[in-house]
Amino acid sequence: MQAITNGQRRDKRQAVYPARYSALSLIRRGLTHQDWPPAWRPRDLKSSYDVVIIGGGVHGLAAAYYLAANHGITDVAVLDKSYLGSGGSGRNTAILRSNYLTPEGVRFYDRSIQLYRGLAADLDFNVMFSRRGHLTLAHSDASLRTMRWRAEVNKAQGVDSEVVDPAEVKRLAPFIDVSPEARYPILGALWHPPGGIIRHDAVVWGYARGADALGVQIHQNTEVTGIDVADGRVQGVRTTRGDIASRVVLNATAGWSTLICDMAGVALPIQTFPLQAAVTEPVKPFLSTVIVSGTLHVYISQTDRGELVFGASVDPFTSYSTRGSLEFIEGLAGHVLELMPALSRVRVLRQWAGLCDMTPDFSPVMGHTPVGGFLVDVGWGTYGFKAGPVSGEAMAACIASGQTPEIIASFGLDRFADGALVGEKGAAAVGH
Amino acid sequence: MMLVPCAWCGPRDAAEFHHVGEAVPRPDVGSATRDQWRAYLYLRANPCGWTTETWYHRMGCRKFITIERHTETNEIRAVRAAGAAR
Repeated sequence: MQAITNGQRRDKRQAVYPARYSALSLIRRGLTHQDWPPAWRPRDLKSSYDVVIIGGGVHGLAAAYYLAANHGITDVAVLDKSYLGSGGSGRNTAILRSNYLTPEGVRFYDRSIQLYRGLAADLDFNVMFSRRGHLTLAHSDASLRTMRWRAEVNKAQGVDSEVVDPAEVKRLAPFIDVSPEARYPILGALWHPPGGIIRHDAVVWGYARGADALGVQIHQNTEVTGIDVADGRVQGVRTTRGDIASRVVLNATAGWSTLICDMAGVALPIQTFPLQAAVTEPVKPFLSTVIVSGTLHVYISQTDRGELVFGASVDPFTSYSTRGSLEFIEGLAGHVLELMPALSRVRVLRQWAGLCDMTPDFSPVMGHTPVGGFLVDVGWGTYGFKAGPVSGEAMAACIASGQTPEIIASFGLDRFADGALVGEKGAAAVGH
Repeated sequence: MMLVPCAWCGPRDAAEFHHVGEAVPRPDVGSATRDQWRAYLYLRANPCGWTTETWYHRMGCRKFITIERHTETNEIRAVRAAGAAR
């Protein structure tokens, strides 16, 4: 018997890397008590890379993975100041959808959903995508009108969305109070069957494992302290573990994106707001869809473990604090009970906050910047996680070709100087 | 509960206020270039640390105040009426 330390078995035998995950390998390792190899390997920091990606979340790791997988660029380092997925990738509510308001947004997020659908097979990693449908409730004529608008834009782009009446809402989610006596009666809803939830950590780990297997180096606990720019071009980054020379640097740091861009001298139209979320104790499965109410500032889904995950709108003022507040949980509980009175005895297990980098038009900022070789994939606000795969794919294409792919052409930093904003506030899950 | 010390009302619940945002000086409308105006509209420093910003006491005295707040700890150290000299 091996000594058991910290919940992990130690095995002296070196496994071959990468190990395929399959039912057969699961049985074999179960019978032989052979340890799994690490999903990605610790590496020594080199003094130069072709591409440096700042931010080890879903965006940074997806970009690294697609750089290696689609474009054969493997001399890539992904740097994170903490552990992988410690920022927004591990703090979101893991909801996927593509029912946006603008045609640009719908096309973009639909591509992301397509990539998510095939992701488990692509990465040989179970990301637990559950396509259970997404229901956005309308409590006013104005929001019902926006739902119809969104449904028509979605259908024109080939995305399945339709407006349904309260009886259908009741059929899809029997625990919702659809009575006209409710404080905010439900007038209808936007039903989006392709939406669903996914295990967000698994997406991060899957991309990390896939990128590592293709030769990408992942460096955790490596904080970027400076970016060297000379002659209008990026020359490299300085980190807590040493300096790195690189002609291409991608900033994929979400809530901290303006701090990184400051190092390169790039000004962003971004403000950082915390967004709070909470999770309850596990209960038996009773909720088979994702429920969103903009009026009540809440979204609800039930995980595969049975916990109810609640999210809300961003906090009312900017902050880099990731602490939860009592005001938030009080307000959230009240709103949840207005929708589902039956949950009054369910206890909240924990709450937390993630940082959202909000842009004036609620659309991201992607692509090249005035500093040559310094690219951004930022401004994700409250939509970042669901856009991870398509952003990674597009940023990889952007880096490999030097051109801006058509799918992100309208999300450039220059749109703020030109006034060509892409207004997505109407598709925000909840009001901001 | 976070307290914001209003220049007129004293410490009040932050929920009574509207966060207007970073205090950005407005360029002269007549002479500002398009780029200067767009920068005023959209670009923000967004520091992780001390920042000077405007809050509006919408459920109180309905006056604007300028405060210095630390964006990581939410500590507030200086308050004055908006537009008042330092």
